[in-house]
Amino acid sequence: MPNDHSGSGRLPAAYLTPGSSSFAEFLGSHAPELLPGRRTPPATVLTNEAPHGTTIVALTFPGGIVMAGDRRATMGNYIAQRDIEKVFHADDYSCVGIAGAAGIAIEMVRLFQVELEHYEKIEGATLSLEGKANRLALMIRGNLAMAMQGLAVVPLFAGYDLDADDPAQAGRLFSYDVTGGRYEEHKFHSVGSGSLFARGALKKLWHEELSVEDATLCAVQSLYDAADEDSATGGPDLTRRIFPVVSTVTTDGYRRLSDDEVGAIVDVVVAGRMDNPGGPQAPLR
Amino acid sequence: MTMQFGYVSPEQVMKDRADYARKGIARGRSVVVIAYDGGILFVAENLSRALHKISEIYDRIAFAAVGKYNEFENLRMAGVRYADLRGYSYDRQDVTGRGLANVFAQTLGTIFTVESKPYEVEMVIAEVGVTAEDDQIYRLTYDGSVADEHGFVAMGGSAEAISTALTERYRDGMPLEEALRLAVELLGRDPVSGEQRSLTASQLEVAVLDRARPRRKFRRLTGAALGHALGVAGSQSEAGDGDEASSPPTALAGGSHEPAGPAGTDAGDADPA
Repeated sequence: MPNDHSGSGRLPAAYLTPGSSSFAEFLGSHAPELLPGRRTPPATVLTNEAPHGTTIVALTFPGGIVMAGDRRATMGNYIAQRDIEKVFHADDYSCVGIAGAAGIAIEMVRLFQVELEHYEKIEGATLSLEGKANRLALMIRGNLAMAMQGLAVVPLFAGYDLDADDPAQAGRLFSYDVTGGRYEEHKFHSVGSGSLFARGALKKLWHEELSVEDATLCAVQSLYDAADEDSATGGPDLTRRIFPVVSTVTTDGYRRLSDDEVGAIVDVVVAGRMDNPGGPQAPLR
Repeated sequence: MTMQFGYVSPEQVMKDRADYARKGIARGRSVVVIAYDGGILFVAENLSRALHKISEIYDRIAFAAVGKYNEFENLRMAGVRYADLRGYSYDRQDVTGRGLANVFAQTLGTIFTVESKPYEVEMVIAEVGVTAEDDQIYRLTYDGSVADEHGFVAMGGSAEAISTALTERYRDGMPLEEALRLAVELLGRDPVSGEQRSLTASQLEVAVLDRARPRRKFRRLTGAALGHALGVAGSQSEAGDGDEASSPPTALAGGSHEPAGPAGTDAGDADPA
């Protein structure tokens, strides 16, 4: 680690300078080479040379949110990884899913996790959900030059808003564009190559009274539809038992469903599709 | 040739500085750190809800201090930055209490000899291990001395009296409530007259490094949880050993499931496949 022990071994002045509660700002002033955005953009477009993550879906239900992501990363027409994880714990009351250049995205999520925990430890209080969403926007903004070379990172951020007046409405979603634009989404949203198909499914399946079980089922159904139509999105891998990562955030905090739990949901989805490959049907009128 | 006016020998300078720092530290209320069967307990007499004497530094590491608030707060912030930077650029498991104690010692030592005024602080860096044998408690003083302590540390105004009492009454593997009861009793005893005050939950800052928690081991005991723990402590007689089944005090603060981080050990832990 650079600059860690200067001369006497005492902590450098930057550590003892009061002021910022942001870890990213501290890195920027003390060890900028560690920031994900600080690299020279490649001269050519690298979309097909670096692994890209694909589809993330998130939806609200009364009392929280569900986020789920498939397990595939692609490099052009190759499957770069079949069990990549793209939905992450951000802190106790939020989670983040990533689509786009996997290497940069994972680095960014790591920084984001430390950023939230760092603030919590320095300040003795957690950031507001909006505050967390804005910090993530700032990190995405720093990646614009890379995005222009085919290495975009497009996250989806979701959390339980502890400051919400109505606990039933506390689940909130935020989407981003490559310039760092931050948009609050309502009901449900999806990002990544299969997102259009997933969103179509979510539009037909989502309703206001979903239970947490139904919401997770809804998420897995929509990922199945995305994988059905988009070659870059991986469907559930029944032979290897590789299933989507599904996480919930409620008043009890973040929880990632175990592989057994997701496996049970996947089995229901797949059994249903044996009879009707298009999945559950919405009433016509 | 003129006589150097106001010459003071280096010995005298160091002694004066040490006396100055010691006086500042002795004015403050005390902090007790005790190892118990499930981790490490921190108890401070502290009327403020916002200005903490006890804090989380990293997954397994916590910090407790007495003395001048702005000075130890400055060191605490530096410690969090050091730990987070190290964990970010290497891996979470590469952040150790020993490493942290070392940089704090170097920093305090340099400040003691170089700056115009020494820091009036005394602090503990504690790291909870996988088992009680792996627990580490480092005590650091204003001049940068480090001591590797076993079982307990007392700091602040009545440190000496509390340490003496703890030497007699501490034993390995105490349950949390017994350790808490002991700490609260000793913090409430006047070191001179021996008079006993009874401290309530609102006068105490209590936290634990709980070995059983996933990933982040630090947890504050506040409000109802602390009142409950103290209440149980108060109503129990000295023969509390048989009641260990009732000892787990509170629910976890955050989610009970800890996350798979995108990197390193976290992901490994959470992935059963």
